[in-house]
Order: sequence, then structure tokens, then C-alpha cells
Amino acid sequence: MVTDTHQDHRSDFFQEVVSDTPGGEQLAHCLQCGSCGGSCPNGSDMQYTPRTIFAMINAGRREEVLAANTMWYCVSCYFCTTRCPQQIPITDLMYALKRLAIAEGKAKDTDAPALARTFTGFVENFGRSFEFGLASRYYLLNKPLSMFKLVPMGMGLFTRGRLHLLPNRIRQMDQLRAIIKKAREIGGAS
Amino acid sequence: MKYAYYPGCSLEAGSAAYDVSVRAVAKVLGFELEELDDWNCCGATEYFSQDELVATSVIARNLAICRPDQKELIAPCAACFLNLKKTDQLMAEHSEVRSKVNEALAAGGLHYDPGQVRVRHLLDLIYTDIGEAALREKIKQPLTGLRVAPYYGCQVVRPMNGFDNTEYPMKMDELFTWLGAEVVDYPVKAHCCGGHMTQISEGAAYELIRRLLDSAVEHEADLILCMCPMCQLNLDAYQALVSSYFQKNFQMPIIFFTQLLGVALGLDFETVKIGKEIVSAGPVIKAKLGAAPSQTGA
Repeated sequence: MVTDTHQDHRSDFFQEVVSDTPGGEQLAHCLQCGSCGGSCPNGSDMQYTPRTIFAMINAGRREEVLAANTMWYCVSCYFCTTRCPQQIPITDLMYALKRLAIAEGKAKDTDAPALARTFTGFVENFGRSFEFGLASRYYLLNKPLSMFKLVPMGMGLFTRGRLHLLPNRIRQMDQLRAIIKKAREIGGAS
Repeated sequence: MKYAYYPGCSLEAGSAAYDVSVRAVAKVLGFELEELDDWNCCGATEYFSQDELVATSVIARNLAICRPDQKELIAPCAACFLNLKKTDQLMAEHSEVRSKVNEALAAGGLHYDPGQVRVRHLLDLIYTDIGEAALREKIKQPLTGLRVAPYYGCQVVRPMNGFDNTEYPMKMDELFTWLGAEVVDYPVKAHCCGGHMTQISEGAAYELIRRLLDSAVEHEADLILCMCPMCQLNLDAYQALVSSYFQKNFQMPIIFFTQLLGVALGLDFETVKIGKEIVSAGPVIKAKLGAAPSQTGA
């Protein structure tokens, strides 16, 4: 790893983003080459490509970055991460931006936080996720009108025995809950 | 050969065909999968966007509950595989992650030392541990004449699988060449299926699905082989919606690679759950392979 000779000049926001990601400090070595945006399957839907977002983070433009749609179009395909010539964990930094945006209520025009909460809600109640419960609860609460066009697909899955109406529950739910509770108390990534 | 097995939540319901066919194939090939007792959900990508330490701790519980003799953990799902492997690696490389995750695990009376369990994907097991010679020996129904498009998706090949190329993986291609199939060389085999975007931004997801289906059609594939439940669901169950969105008429069967491997090993369609997919794969397999006596019904 190369020493960051400009550490003193990094914005507070830069520190905030990288400190929540193991290995995130590599971001200091971004060359602005644009391999990330060029590799991104959803780059064309993003307000700012990852390269631009990194320049904005460096410049401390916190509000604009957290309100951007960039991270919400990240599908975690990891093409950017494996192609980055500077070994920056780009996908993980996108997760860090999602966490910061959610924590500050800046995630707009996306149902991704709602889907994430619904998903992990099932994990915390059953220890397992549950496709039928996840889809029905998420759509009912967030986009009920979209449910209609999904009905034929749902029926197709149901008639093939691919939708289970009840979830499985793990035996050691108390243990899992205790671990989650403790992890929340400690907080942070590193 | 005995391995610990982490099926993951999707394999309990929507992708049961993957689970059933994996277990059936294991019997024929002579390896044993022992399901990890009381495993919990890996959280897919959904905890990471909320709390990184909760994400890694939830995943680490599965590594920590492996018995001392369960040294290799096999995951068939891409997200489960990546999460388990990534957590082990983060704990190995970052001492602060290791101590914090273990502090959380201790609240549940557990502890995990990175490296204790080797996380592997099912394809790696079949390709590496079983291998070409043993597979060729067990072929009952060569896949001659069937044009298959191996689809790897993202999270098994990137960022850290360690057994195949991150840009242009070949292991499933090789596997099906051994089985006699005509393997389609198409450029998007490790591109994204859209993941959870089908539920968040359908236009973006449908475009990614369209690119995959179009490419497979262009290269005259008879079917696409998946190794991830999310990929299978997006390409199969959403195929009609993608067709109507782009005014196309896709009819591309999407099955798990273990299902077709089972057919090559002489298992019948019911045993490997061909027929659970929305776009039927049975007819094209039958048409291309001929009416083999072992294949009863689709």
C-alpha cells in the first residue's frame, strides 16, 4: 500500500466515508481513470459515475454525494472493484454511501432502503429470509399498484411449488438476536 | 468426500430445483453434503447497506457454528458464497474486524478464527474435486447436440472466487464440454442479471436481463445454465415481463447447471426437477438428446 502523502488535505467527508469500509483508505489513491464508470452496467442511469462521486468525496461535497442516485444503481456486480488499478474496494464504498444516506434520510427516489429493511426484518424474526413474505410485504407497503402486473409471474411460481407461504425459523433465534444486538451496539465497520 | 453444506434461503423454496438436483448429483458422483445445522440467512446484499458490522456478524455466525471437523463449507448460491468467503477474508485481513465480529459473536456464546473454514462454491467442488476423468466415467446420457450457454453472473466470479477468471470464467464451459454439450461462447456470461433491481428499478433490471437473453439468442443457445438462484429467478420468472417491456418474444429456458449435469449422469427429469422452471426446458432437451429411456416426463 502506498503512503497517502496528502492525508492532511483530505476532507472530513472523505474520512467519514473511508473509515466505515475495511480497506477504504485506498480511495486516497484514485487516479480518476474512470475504469469504474466504464465497467458499470448501470453507469448510464447514474447522476454521477463512481469516478465523479470519488472526486466529489475528495472535494467534501457531502450533501450532493449523499443525495445522489449513484449508489442506489449499484448492483454489487464487482466489475469496478476487480478492474480498479488501485485496488479500491469500490463496491464496498458504495455500501458505505448507502449506509450514510439512509442514516441521514437522504435516500430519495429509491425503494432500496425499504427493500433492505423488509428483508432484514424477516431475518431478525425467523433467521431466514422468505421470498413470498418479502415480496408481498415490500410491494404492499411501498408500491401496491405494481403488484398487479406481477400476479401472472407469482401464479407461475406458485403453481410450480416455488412460493412457500410460510417461512422456516431457525432454532437458535435468541442467539442470533443477541449477536445482532451486540453488533449494533458496537457499530461501525472497523 | 464429505463437505458441510450451506443451502441458503432461496434453495428452500423458489430454487428448490437447485437444492434437489445438487443432492441427487452428489449421490451419483459419490460425495456427501452434510447440511450445516441451524444455519441462518447470509443477509444477501441487504445488511451491508444498513450496518456493516451487523452484516458480517450475521454471516460469521454460520462460520462459527461449523463443527471442528467441518473444514470445507459448500455454498451453491452466489450471494451466500461471496458473503461467507468475504467475511472470512475481512476477518483475516483486518484485525479490528476480527475483534469486533468476535465481540458480537461472544454475545451468542460463539467465536470464529478466520481460516478455520474454507468456503467454496459448488462449481469448484465439482470441477476440481470430482474432475474430468471421474465425470466422464459417469456419463450415461451425453449432451451431444445440445447448445448450452453457461451463465456465471457476478458474485461467484467476482471479486474473490480464487478458482476462475473474474472477466471470462471458463470452468462451467469446460465442465459441459466434458459432458458432450456444445458450449456457446457468448460475451456476457459473467455480466449482471440485475440482482434486486427487478424490485427497485425495473427498467434498469429489465435492460440487463434483455442484454443476456439477446446475446444467448444471437448465439443460438438452446438454454441458459445458472449457478445462482437470483440469476435464475430474474432470467426465468421475469422473462415474460422483459419480453413485453421490450416487445420481444423470448422463449429461453433457464435451469441450474446441476439439473443438466444430473441428466447427463442418467437421472430423470423429475429427479432433477426439470419442469419447475417457468419457460420449460424439457422439450428442447428431449428434442436435442433424443428419447433416451431414462428420461420420463418433463
